[in-house]
Amino acid sequence: MGKTNPQELYDKMRDQAQELVQAGKDKAQVFVGTATCGLAAGAQQVKENFVNEIEAKSLDAEVIEVGCLGHCYAEPLAVIAKPGFPPVCYGYLDEGLVHRLVEDFLAGDDPSYEYALAALERNDEFPTFEDFPRGVYEKKLILENCGFTDFSKIESYIANDGYSALAKALSEKPEQVLEEVKAANLRGRGGAGFPAGIKWEACVNGSGDEKYVICNADEGDPGAFMDRSILESDPHLVIEGMILCAFAVGSHQGYLYIRAEYPRAVKHVREAIEQAREKGLLGSSILGTDFSFDLEIFQGSGAFICGEATALVNSMEGKMGLPESRPPRLVEQGFRKKPTVLNNVKTFAYVPMIINRGAEWFKAIGTPESPGTAVFSLVGKINNTGLVEVPMGTTLRQLIEEVGDGLPNGREFKAVQIGGPSGGCLPQSSLDVPIDFDSLHEAGAIMGSGGLVVMDQDDCMVAVARYFLEFTQHESCGKCTFCRLGTKHMLDILTAITRGQGDAETLQLLKELSEDVRDGSLCNLGRTAPNPVLTTLKYFEDEYKAHIEEGRCPALVCRDLLLYYIEPPKCSKLCNVCVGSCPTEAIYTRDDGLKAIDQDKCVKCDNCRKACPPEYSAVIKLSPPVLPAEKERKAK
Amino acid sequence: MQLVEGEREEILACVKEVLGNNSKTRENLIPILQQVQKKLGYLPALAMEKIAEGVSVPAVDIYGLTTFYNQFRLNPPGKHQVKVCLGTACYMVGGDITLESFERRMEIKEGETSPDRRYSLDRVACVGCCTLAPVVVVDDQVEGKVTPTRVDGIMLALEENGESPGEQKSGTEEDGNNGEN
Repeated sequence: MGKTNPQELYDKMRDQAQELVQAGKDKAQVFVGTATCGLAAGAQQVKENFVNEIEAKSLDAEVIEVGCLGHCYAEPLAVIAKPGFPPVCYGYLDEGLVHRLVEDFLAGDDPSYEYALAALERNDEFPTFEDFPRGVYEKKLILENCGFTDFSKIESYIANDGYSALAKALSEKPEQVLEEVKAANLRGRGGAGFPAGIKWEACVNGSGDEKYVICNADEGDPGAFMDRSILESDPHLVIEGMILCAFAVGSHQGYLYIRAEYPRAVKHVREAIEQAREKGLLGSSILGTDFSFDLEIFQGSGAFICGEATALVNSMEGKMGLPESRPPRLVEQGFRKKPTVLNNVKTFAYVPMIINRGAEWFKAIGTPESPGTAVFSLVGKINNTGLVEVPMGTTLRQLIEEVGDGLPNGREFKAVQIGGPSGGCLPQSSLDVPIDFDSLHEAGAIMGSGGLVVMDQDDCMVAVARYFLEFTQHESCGKCTFCRLGTKHMLDILTAITRGQGDAETLQLLKELSEDVRDGSLCNLGRTAPNPVLTTLKYFEDEYKAHIEEGRCPALVCRDLLLYYIEPPKCSKLCNVCVGSCPTEAIYTRDDGLKAIDQDKCVKCDNCRKACPPEYSAVIKLSPPVLPAEKERKAK
Repeated sequence: MQLVEGEREEILACVKEVLGNNSKTRENLIPILQQVQKKLGYLPALAMEKIAEGVSVPAVDIYGLTTFYNQFRLNPPGKHQVKVCLGTACYMVGGDITLESFERRMEIKEGETSPDRRYSLDRVACVGCCTLAPVVVVDDQVEGKVTPTRVDGIMLALEENGESPGEQKSGTEEDGNNGEN
C-alpha cells in the first residue's frame, strides 16, 4: 500500500460532511446567536422559547446555536432558514416575537418581513445585508462564517471547505505555505503589524527541532471582543491556521493562550480541538501524512501585560508576566527557550484563506502596505454597535458614518478612540485618515486591538484620558521605573485636573512626563500608555484648560466640577419620582410642592436625572458647581 | 478573613487532590492555582502555603503570582457575587456610578466581601457585551443597562431570594429594611 493522499482523504471527509449538512437543510432551521454578547441580551431564553414553541406545535424544525453575527445592536438575533425561502435574520427577539415567528413563518408561510433585519441570500423579496450602506463598505473574511456556522460541529466547518487549505498544503511542501504567507504580506493583527511571513521564516531558521506555535488570545483591551467572538463562533478557522503555521515552521506542539475570562471561548475551542483530533486533522500523522501537531489550551489569568509576547511566554512558564528585553526574539528563544511563533487570533484566521485563494487575491484587498481587512468592535455613541470587518484603507468617516450608521439621536461627533489603552483619541479633523497600520500611527493612534469608541459632546476628554491611564497604571507590571512610577504621577495629575486643580505648568509637566514614560519603558505597554493623554492634549487642550482655569467640565462629566439642580419651571408638583430615587435623601419637597436638592447631601449619582420623566426633564447638571444668582433665588 | 468551621479541612483536601492530578512543576503552577480557585472559590493563605510546599517553590512566589494576575482572589467570594464591568464602553456611560451604588448598598468597597460572606463586589474589565453597557454580572447572570435605580432592584431580588429556607442564614441585615422572613 502506498502512502495515502491527504487530498483524497480530505475530499472523502468533505463529501460526508456536506451530505450531513445537506440532510439538515431539508427541514427548517433556526440559528440562534448565543455568543457571550447574545447571551447577555437574553439569547438563552430566546432559544428555549423557540424550542418550546416548536415542540408545542410539533413542527419539524431544528434549533441550532451559532456564534456572533456582529450585529450586536440588535441582539438577541436569530436566522431562520426554511426550505423555499431565503434565510432571513431577525433581531430584537423576545418571547412574543418568537411566538409570532414560529406561528407565522415556521408553521405558516409568512416570513414576517416587517420584523426582519435582512436576508442572507439574494432574492426577489427582501434586501440582504449587502444592500445596506454597512454591507457596501464591509468585507467579511475572517468573520465570514461567524454566526452562520454551527460551532459545535466540525462537519459544518468542513462542509464549507474547511480544512481544505490544510489538505492542499500537506500535498505540497512546507516552504510553499511560508512563501504564500510571505508573498501575501500578511501583517500581524495583534496591533504592531509585523509581517507574519518574516516572523515564521525566522522561526524556520531557528536552532533545534523543537519549535512552538502559540496563539495569542489574551484580548485584554477593555472594549475589544473580536478575538473572543472568532474563537466562540468559528474555532476551527483559527485551529486550521495554527496547523498550517506549524507545518510551515516545523512545529509539533502549539498552545492557545486564552483569557480565563472567556469561559465560552475556552469551551468551544476545547471541543473543536477534540473533534479535529477525532477526524485525524490534529495529533499524529495528520490526514495520513507523517506530519504531527497537537494543540493545548493555556488559560491566561487576566493580566493586560500578558498580551505582550515575552510576558505571555513567561506566564506560560509559571512566572509573573514580566516582559523581557529583546533580542533574543521569541523566534530564536521563546517558550522553553525554543524557537516560537506567536501570532494573534486574527492573524492565524487569515492563513487558511490565503493558502486556498492565493497571495494575489489577498493583496488585492486593502492597501498595498496593509493588505487584507481590519476588524473593529464599534462601541460608544454609535447606532450600529458590534463587530465590523472592513478592507484596510477605509476611512474613519466611512466606518463611523456608513458602517456604524452615525451617532444616535443626532448627537454631535467629538472624538473617536482607537486601539484601547494604547491608542489615541482622534478629533473630527482626522476622520479622513485611512485605516491602516501606518496612517493611524502617524495620526497618533494605533491599530492596536481594534477597539473603537465613538464619543460625543457628553464625553469629557480629560476623564477619558484619565480612565485609560488608570487602566494602564493598574496593569503596569512594575518592571520599568518610568512605567511604574511615571504612570502613577500622570494619573495623579489627571485626577487633580478632573477636580479643577492645577495651574499653567501642570499641562507642561504632564506632557513632559508622558514623553519620558514613552521613551523610558521597555515594552509597548509603557511605550504606548501615554498615547491617550498625548492625543487628547494635542487635539483637546481647550478642555484641559477649562478644567484648570475655569473649574468647569464642558462635557458635564467630572463630578467634582458639577452640581445637580432641579429647574422649578419644569418640575411638577404631581410627580415624586426623584425623591424616591435618591439614595441619600438629598431631595426634598419645597413649600410650593416642587422638588429641590440639598447640595450638602447630594452624592451626584445621577439617579434623579435618570428617574425624572422625559416630559419634565427638570433635573439638570451645572458646571462650574456654583448656583447662578438668579437660580439661587428661585431655589429658596 | 476568618476561616469558617470545617473550611480548613476542605482546603487541605482540595489542595491535596489538585496536586495529585497535576505534575508538580513550575509550569503547572498557574493551572494548579486556577483549579484550586475553581474548587474553593478563592485562594486562602493556607492553600497558597500548601501549594508552595507541594511544588517546592517559596511561598512568596505564589503570593507574587496570585497578586500579579487579576483572576486570582484572596478573599472568599460572597454567596452572591456581583461584578461590575468597567470596560471602556461601560465606563463611558457611567459604570463607575453603578459600582458606587453597589458599594453604598452593600456597605463594602470593590474587591471586598461582606463580613458575613453574603455579598462580594468586584470590578471587571470588559465582559465583552459592550452594547449593553453599563453591564453587571450578578451570580453569572449578565444584566445590561444597569442604572443606579436598577441596582436597587437587583439588591432587592438578592435580599429576597437569599432568605429562602435551608440556606445559610446571614448574620446581619444589609439594609435594615429587610425584616425577618
